Amino acid sequence: MHPATPPLIRFDNLTLGYDRHPAVHHLSGEIPAGALVAVIGPNGAGKSTLLKGLAGELRPLGGRIELPALPRGGLAYLAQRGEIDHSFPLSVFDMVALGLWREIGAFGALRGEHRRRVREALAAVGLSGFETRAIGSLSGGQLQRARFARLILQDAPLILLDEPFAAIDSRTVDDLVRLILGWHAEGRTILTVVHDYEQVRRHFPTALLLSREPVAFGPTAEVLTPALLARARRLSEAFDEDAPECHIELPADVIQPDVIQPDVVQSDAAEPGTHHHHAHDGHRH
Amino acid sequence: MIDLLVSPFTEFAFMRRALAGCLALSLGATPVGVFLLLRRMSLMGDAMSHAILPGAALGYLAFGLSLGAMTIGGIVAGLVVVLAAGVVTRASNLKEDASLAAFYLLSLAAGVMIVSLRGRNLDLLHVLFGSVLALDDASLLLIAAIATATMIALALLLRPLVLECFDPAFLRGVSRWSPVAHYGFLVLVVFNLVSGFHALGTLMAVGIMILPAAAARLWSRGLPLMLLLAVLIAFASSVAGLLLSYHTDVPAGPAIVLMCGVAYFFSLAAAPGGLLAGRLPVRHHLES
Repeated sequence: MHPATPPLIRFDNLTLGYDRHPAVHHLSGEIPAGALVAVIGPNGAGKSTLLKGLAGELRPLGGRIELPALPRGGLAYLAQRGEIDHSFPLSVFDMVALGLWREIGAFGALRGEHRRRVREALAAVGLSGFETRAIGSLSGGQLQRARFARLILQDAPLILLDEPFAAIDSRTVDDLVRLILGWHAEGRTILTVVHDYEQVRRHFPTALLLSREPVAFGPTAEVLTPALLARARRLSEAFDEDAPECHIELPADVIQPDVIQPDVVQSDAAEPGTHHHHAHDGHRH
Repeated sequence: MIDLLVSPFTEFAFMRRALAGCLALSLGATPVGVFLLLRRMSLMGDAMSHAILPGAALGYLAFGLSLGAMTIGGIVAGLVVVLAAGVVTRASNLKEDASLAAFYLLSLAAGVMIVSLRGRNLDLLHVLFGSVLALDDASLLLIAAIATATMIALALLLRPLVLECFDPAFLRGVSRWSPVAHYGFLVLVVFNLVSGFHALGTLMAVGIMILPAAAARLWSRGLPLMLLLAVLIAFASSVAGLLLSYHTDVPAGPAIVLMCGVAYFFSLAAAPGGLLAGRLPVRHHLES
């Protein structure tokens, strides 16, 4: 990442959550255009919540998300696989073709050139020959391939992937990683929630470590250190179910790209009472 | 044989009217039922059909068995309950099915009470079970108009509605169609329930929506085939139900819905998606 690249995403003291309970807490910082970022952290750290917030699925409880350089409709968001109705009677071709929505809208017809691009996208994810199959007959890995084909057609400069590798065979994961690296090479900005730290080390140049609060953001090798991971775990365990209201207002640029700020958190959350906590609950993030 | 099957329709105008009404219902209400089923809202459709009752009953109380008053009352009551359930779901911690269940139980109780205020059991039966054998011109026109509007609306809404059913997050991501698809569809459900209510009554109207859709789902892997099959099953059941009613002198509405039920159980037994498929030993599996 070059310092001169303009930021694509700017978080300004962002707090996201459900029913006033924050899942992402006072996040500030910038993500430059063209970054390939692995969003990591313990369960319930707010990784999926952050992506939902970026995708506009969730309104911030506080602070702002700014996407100054992003054109309208330039964001593609892949929700977790569990959020779609697998059994709907739809063919693989039709499902993937919906990735052309920005061009065909609600009423436009699929022209020959569109059909060719759909077939190309299917070939790119290794699903040639599956055009007429019902999506319900696909395996988990094949369904994820089809969803990636749809992403190819969406052709978005900013791509958000929520646990794209969860419960998927390793060969499919390898193929999907190759697609993601290809998008990265094309200059797209990609945020991916990943659980496997080994994958993060191997493929992702940048990592954002969340534990409700931002713990670290920067080059992967500097983020995935035992000390920072342990801090993230401690933070996630220390949150209080019946926390009082939070009145903390962090300054705007707590974290910066390429800068590790392990002291984002002013007090060690393992000691109760020394820090203001939001309450949290059992939502999955 | 032909005498038994055809002559009731050629000889009696009321049978022809019933047939036309059922054809219109099959073309309008059944495709709506297909999407109710695919949106996993089958029971919600049932709940909404009850919600229509107090509105229709109020119309009846004020104007007697008047088509216009009962139609407008039913549509208004249905829309109010849909909106109220939506608001309650968003503002409280009740899920949509729970809030709808609360509304429809109250609606049904209120509706039956209001109808019985005028105190004629025959009218109560008419409201609850419809009068497909006594459709007048105005009712027939109303049913046909709603069916026509429904087919046009579904054709326009098809793509957003399909996405809203199977991947709503994607639809919200690429467009602002999501609320249009959701509420537009619910409005279609209300209108078709009112249309079905005139022919089959509030309690039976959902039958011709959901049962053919469920049967068709068992046979088809794609949406176009499912829609086509559902319409055909609904229409065939209507014809069979009308004939059964004519020859055995049973009420027509329940007979039609029972015939839909026969189609459903047959599909359940015989269709590729049914109970027997997959449990029978396979003699030859495919090569790859």
